[in-house]
Amino acid sequence: MSSPPVPADGREVLGPGDVSRALTRIAHEILEHNKGADGLVLLGIPTRGLPLAERLARRLADVEPDFDPQAQCGSLDITMHRDDLHRAPVRPLGETRLPVGGVDDRVVVLVDDVLFSGRTIRAALDALSDVGRPRAVRLAVLVDRGHRELPIRADHVGKNLPTATSERVQVLVEEVDGRDAVVISGGAS
Amino acid sequence: MRHLLSASDLDRDTAVRILDTATEMAATQGREIKKLPTLRGRTVVNLFFEDSTRTRISFETAAKRLSADVINFAAKGSSVSKGESLKDTALTLQAMGADAVVIRHHASGAPHLLASSGWLAGAVVNAGDGTHQHPTQALLDAFTLRRHLGGPDTAGHDLAGLRVVIVGDVLHSRVARSNVDLLSTLGAEVTLVAPPTLLPVGVSAWPCRVSYHLDEAIDAGPDAVMMLRVQRERMSAAGGGFFPSPLEYSRRYGLDARRLARLPSHALVMHPGPMNRGLEISAEAADSVRSVIVEQVANGVAVRMAVLYLLLAGGPKEENT
Repeated sequence: MSSPPVPADGREVLGPGDVSRALTRIAHEILEHNKGADGLVLLGIPTRGLPLAERLARRLADVEPDFDPQAQCGSLDITMHRDDLHRAPVRPLGETRLPVGGVDDRVVVLVDDVLFSGRTIRAALDALSDVGRPRAVRLAVLVDRGHRELPIRADHVGKNLPTATSERVQVLVEEVDGRDAVVISGGAS
Repeated sequence: MRHLLSASDLDRDTAVRILDTATEMAATQGREIKKLPTLRGRTVVNLFFEDSTRTRISFETAAKRLSADVINFAAKGSSVSKGESLKDTALTLQAMGADAVVIRHHASGAPHLLASSGWLAGAVVNAGDGTHQHPTQALLDAFTLRRHLGGPDTAGHDLAGLRVVIVGDVLHSRVARSNVDLLSTLGAEVTLVAPPTLLPVGVSAWPCRVSYHLDEAIDAGPDAVMMLRVQRERMSAAGGGFFPSPLEYSRRYGLDARRLARLPSHALVMHPGPMNRGLEISAEAADSVRSVIVEQVANGVAVRMAVLYLLLAGGPKEENT
């Protein structure tokens, strides 16, 4: 998938160093809360949640040698569970790749780039219940920009960014966009 | 994509997009819960004027796995047998709010008429029209080929370089026409093998090679051999003069154990079904480890889910493109 262009008026609010530190902190929070890496499964939501989940998995493995990034990290595509399919041209499907052991009775940490309305996570919870029954589901996001439309919250947040609804928040990741950054554009003019 | 009428309408990128979508759909079909909420509230009508088992069941399964409502309409026992025209049938379906009509018809061009007439607002999917086209069959064959011969990571790839031999009753076969169109679009090299009586006029203009000798085609080492059904219902009695006898046809153009053994070890044996065992394909070939005939049926559901998803999931903006 090609990356959307960053508008000319975009302000970079997080740089590569900020993103890296935020992910390291989230990794430690996940381990602390779970009391180790036992039974953990990270599922990244394509497109940009997936590389973030893979980076978190590498950091978990650095701290806890028991954690196996191959067997405990995967992706969960939510396109077919979206509630706004009729409102946009047909969307390409992402890849769903579940860890070998599945998600039954594991603690699943969903990983996404931006938490906004909460509708993506609602779809992810539906998609998840179709593939198994986790013991618990947690949510890690790089950016929480507020303006929830559903009763959903994140357990681990890289950065809370107060924004106006008219603004646009874009997370760029090196694997997809060639560099790490969080950019805000648009808004009151 | 607004309708799916012919494999020749698909360009390479659209075809690859359908195959990639089908890959994801196939992955969901290996799960305990196979149903997805994606097309909830949409209505798919299966409009079948010609007998069919696997295609109709396959479309019905695909639509139901995506949570669409399915209405099955068979011409036998309907108002069509009282003389209702295609137009009035279409207007009835339109009034009932069909979002997609999957049509199989004995007349070549009936789906095109349905799509271009303005009788229906929904999408039209050709599920086989006369001796013309059967695009979802070609897509599922391409999907099966790509899955087995396309290497470990198939996403985004076409069939460049694959050599496919299609054998048998090409004259009456919409499967052959659709496959020649689609496989050549995807970069495969197609060779048709048939007796001269079972080749249509103008076949030399198709994007493929033509041979009269199955043994030569097999000794050239193809990657897949696709056997076509001898469509005796479209011929008059006793082969209708297309070939001297079933035995002679089977000797010259049937895939038997001897020819199977001469195929390269990686080559696939395919058949769109239903098979005439003992005529175009022997039981040894149909049941061999190289045969992917049963898998073709499973892949048909995934491919049709992909087609229905791409036609129906998007919003009204898509209709302008």
